[in-house]
Amino acid sequence: MSVGAARGLASSGQKPITEILHPLSAAEELLSPGPDVTVSVGGNREPGLTNGMTVETLSPASVSLLFNRLHLDDSLAEADTKDTYATTETRDLFVTVDDPKKHVSTMETYITYRVSTKTTRLEFDLPEYSVRRRYQDFDWLRMKLEDSQPTHLIPPLPEKFVMKGVVDRFSEEFVEKRMKALDKFLKRVADHPVLSFNPHLNTFLSAKDLNKRQGLALLTKVGESVKHVAGGYKLRARPAEFGTMGEYLDTFSQKLGTIDRIAQRILKEQSEYLTELREYGTVYSSWAGSEQELQRPLEGVAGCVSTCCGGLEDLSENMSQDFLPVLREYVLYIESMKNVLRKRDQSQAEYEGRLEAAILRKQEDGTPMPVEVEKCQDKVECFNADLKADWERWQHNKRQDFKQLLTGMADKNINYYEKCQAAWESLITLLQGKPTEDKTSETN
Amino acid sequence: MIMADSGSSEEVAVIGNTDLTSAESENNIINTMVERGTALLRKMEINVAEAEKRTGKNTVNMQETYTVYLIEVRPAETVPEGGTQAPPDTLWRRYSEFELLRTYLLVTYPYIIVPPLPEKRAEFVWHKLSADNLDPDFVERRRVGLENFLLRVASHPVLSNDKIFFLFLTEEKGWREAVLETGFQDKADSRLKSLSAMFRVKNPDKRFTALKHYSDELNTVISQLLRVRARVADRLYGVYKVHGNYGRVFSEWSAIEKEMGDGLQSAGHHMDTYAASIDDILEEEEHYADQLKEYLFYTDAVRSVCRKHELIQYELEMTAQELAHKKQQKEELATGTVRIFSLKGMTSKLFGQETQEQREVKLAALEQSIQEGEEMVKQKNTECQEFVQAAWDDIERFKEQKDKDLREALINYAIMQISMCKKGIQVWSNAKECFNKM
Repeated sequence: MSVGAARGLASSGQKPITEILHPLSAAEELLSPGPDVTVSVGGNREPGLTNGMTVETLSPASVSLLFNRLHLDDSLAEADTKDTYATTETRDLFVTVDDPKKHVSTMETYITYRVSTKTTRLEFDLPEYSVRRRYQDFDWLRMKLEDSQPTHLIPPLPEKFVMKGVVDRFSEEFVEKRMKALDKFLKRVADHPVLSFNPHLNTFLSAKDLNKRQGLALLTKVGESVKHVAGGYKLRARPAEFGTMGEYLDTFSQKLGTIDRIAQRILKEQSEYLTELREYGTVYSSWAGSEQELQRPLEGVAGCVSTCCGGLEDLSENMSQDFLPVLREYVLYIESMKNVLRKRDQSQAEYEGRLEAAILRKQEDGTPMPVEVEKCQDKVECFNADLKADWERWQHNKRQDFKQLLTGMADKNINYYEKCQAAWESLITLLQGKPTEDKTSETN
Repeated sequence: MIMADSGSSEEVAVIGNTDLTSAESENNIINTMVERGTALLRKMEINVAEAEKRTGKNTVNMQETYTVYLIEVRPAETVPEGGTQAPPDTLWRRYSEFELLRTYLLVTYPYIIVPPLPEKRAEFVWHKLSADNLDPDFVERRRVGLENFLLRVASHPVLSNDKIFFLFLTEEKGWREAVLETGFQDKADSRLKSLSAMFRVKNPDKRFTALKHYSDELNTVISQLLRVRARVADRLYGVYKVHGNYGRVFSEWSAIEKEMGDGLQSAGHHMDTYAASIDDILEEEEHYADQLKEYLFYTDAVRSVCRKHELIQYELEMTAQELAHKKQQKEELATGTVRIFSLKGMTSKLFGQETQEQREVKLAALEQSIQEGEEMVKQKNTECQEFVQAAWDDIERFKEQKDKDLREALINYAIMQISMCKKGIQVWSNAKECFNKM
């Protein structure tokens, strides 16, 4: 499936969307508490806030247009259309999550992270923002995005639940890992041509305080309705490509799981190797103590072993800090993607159900096709288009990410071996060198 | 016959330690031996060429499987004078025969640090290696170890000239009988005797005490090192082999990918290569372990020399004590005083004084045995001095050899590590290239 095709579909669904688009709903005003944020993204509306209906919002075609326009400005030179997702030149929204801080109050202890924004987008009043957000706030944002953009793939957040006692939630390592994952999440949202224009993101990035109550109430409603539709309806004509996507995700998540297990196992083996290696070095040192002629050579070996230990430590740390989290993210990403696929199926099921009912009625008493059926059809088509675009984008990102991840792994290993090699080579010069040379290497 | 010829010269050397010989003549013998010893390896080339499994009946008529080793001896071509006798080029020896040879050397040359044999059973092995005595890898490593032992003996200034050693290399039949004929077993010290000597020596030689202490330390540290090394090898093996799993999963994953597929697939192959490379690496490292093991077993040889010295020292002290005791008796008898309580003093008090005549006879006898004792002390002293000198010569030689060998072993180890690093860099660079193509 090429990008061109996905885009074509997106624009084909444009007309019906604009028909059902409403001007900015009142709900938006409620959700954007700060006067410092003006939400000007057209087409987004809160689903069923007023009447409780679960009419899911479709991604606005105008946003896609805007995206295209933005891209055309800078990326015309890019011949490869696949790269249009990731070109940094066209990016006008930069977000960073860093500087974790621990807050201790009588009620709870939690960590906040600094969320810094730099943007040239007109939707933002200021070119720069810096706010502090905690995990809950990210969670809120994600729910809001999922809620208001049900046809889109929302990047995953790091796991919410942490087994108490097993993982220290306030340990430097855990906070660092989570911070990186949150940063990744926000960057992915900010780089998304549709999601980045979501007013909730705007609020999240710029508002002093988040008013999250409405958001939570809404989610439960949507959740219920989703369950309602998912009644095991067998789709008549699910396009084969979505089936293929599902199958791909199943296999991919299986392989990722295996890779994750292998990596964990390597980490375990490495840490046990490190323990033994440290002791190994110590034995050489103690041997050096009882020798005269051999003292320096033995000390040299102990030094090399210790250098190798250091290199190995770096290697392992890199793996647990950078390698495993990416695998983790993609496992969750797959879940998000499966979720979207499910929702698409539901949307199609709804349409097919209504269509069937309408045809029956038409046959019985000649009732004309109701408008809702048409709307449903449009919805499914938009869903398909959005999903395909997101799929392509996700595939592209995945390829880039894994290329980077695996190349990085190779680099780190090469680096480790180079470090060890250098140490052993310097030992050989020391062992074969003249006493005068020995002295110079001793001072090193 | 060369056997008889070298046998007589051998006897001089052996007996030289137990019999009364001057230190000078002893030194001369050793010196000539140094020259003749270094000549042996110049005269002949020694190999343990191969190992073979055999099955036969042992002394208690039980079926057993054992390994024999083929010893090849070739006259070195550079030497103009041919061998006095045409020895068989090849002969087979069992490990137990090597053991007998070493025991013989150990008893015959108590002042020499006799090179150790390779281990009888595989020790300090990591899990992958079999501890089976008939395992081909083990047999091969033992073959190398036995050859090394023969070369060590053949290059030793004293041992290389031993007639029994020469026969070991050249006479397949009748060698065992020839060894037993030397009567070396009678000279072997009982364990109990040396144990008591260890605890009762009054004035131990500080140099030997230090040497004993050092060899204990070396023994501890090398065995510790070998133990940890085996564990390190185990773990390293694990790290590499687990990487091999990437090979399979990358290949499976590549099946569902389009652009990434090829890169993943070939990267998977490199991961397989990586996992497989550890076998050779660790097999090579086993050679380093064997070098360390040789010195671990050398520490026993060093301790054996120390023990022998203690024994000689103890005998000397005992003789001296005996002499002192007799001198005291003589004094008592002469002056008629009893300085310390003794049974003799008691009996003389109870049964009255001896007659003058009796005392004269006794005094003369005492005088006689004091003279003998003095002679004995002198002899033991010389013996001890000779031992110390001969032993110390060999200890110095050993120290030099040890420092050189171990330094070389460490350099080789470093080279092995570098080669492992290079292999690792190579494989990961190849894999990186594949990843980059994704």
